[in-house]
Amino acid sequence: MKLKINGKTEDATEGIRLTDLIVQRGVESPEMVSIELNGEILEKDGIDAVILKENDELEFLYFMGGGAK
Amino acid sequence: MKIPKQIIDELISHAIAEAPLEACGYLAGKDGTITKAYKMTNTDQSNIHFSFAPEEQFRVVKAARKEGTDLIAVYHSHPETPARPSKEDIRLAHDPCVSYVIVSLAEGNNVIKSFKINGETVAVEPIEII
Repeated sequence: MKLKINGKTEDATEGIRLTDLIVQRGVESPEMVSIELNGEILEKDGIDAVILKENDELEFLYFMGGGAK
Repeated sequence: MKIPKQIIDELISHAIAEAPLEACGYLAGKDGTITKAYKMTNTDQSNIHFSFAPEEQFRVVKAARKEGTDLIAVYHSHPETPARPSKEDIRLAHDPCVSYVIVSLAEGNNVIKSFKINGETVAVEPIEII
């Protein structure tokens, strides 16, 4: 099936779980990644239940922060 | 990384305007040349820490993409300390693909430096002002 990930159309296994997609993509520090699915930001504790479907649109981005000390 | 003088001035102005709090934002561009600075909200409202709001990050990511640019760097200011990554900067630098630009206002000097951070490895990245 087709998914749009970070603006690009990509092939993915039919019915893949979001957590499996994250592993497949080799995302480093996944706990520090914010995910938007079809325009909605997912809560961290809701990610496990997500099963992706054809034409879903995903955005991944890293939490950004830092400190001077 | 190449940064136009006008954008360098924008970063310094942003840092001064937010001081004593830390200013932060994204730098977008193409092929290593910065074309636009996106000011971001420091949700920590702190003089020693910054965090982006994910909702604002997603908006900026899409805006940059729409303009055909990439988010090349993240910048933030150190109002009172030198332009080098702190332990906290290194700990929270989760994305090895972007550059980390620091604007220091310490001791009245405006200094901008860029770094690549991958795990505990920090490398200075030259900035060419154009």
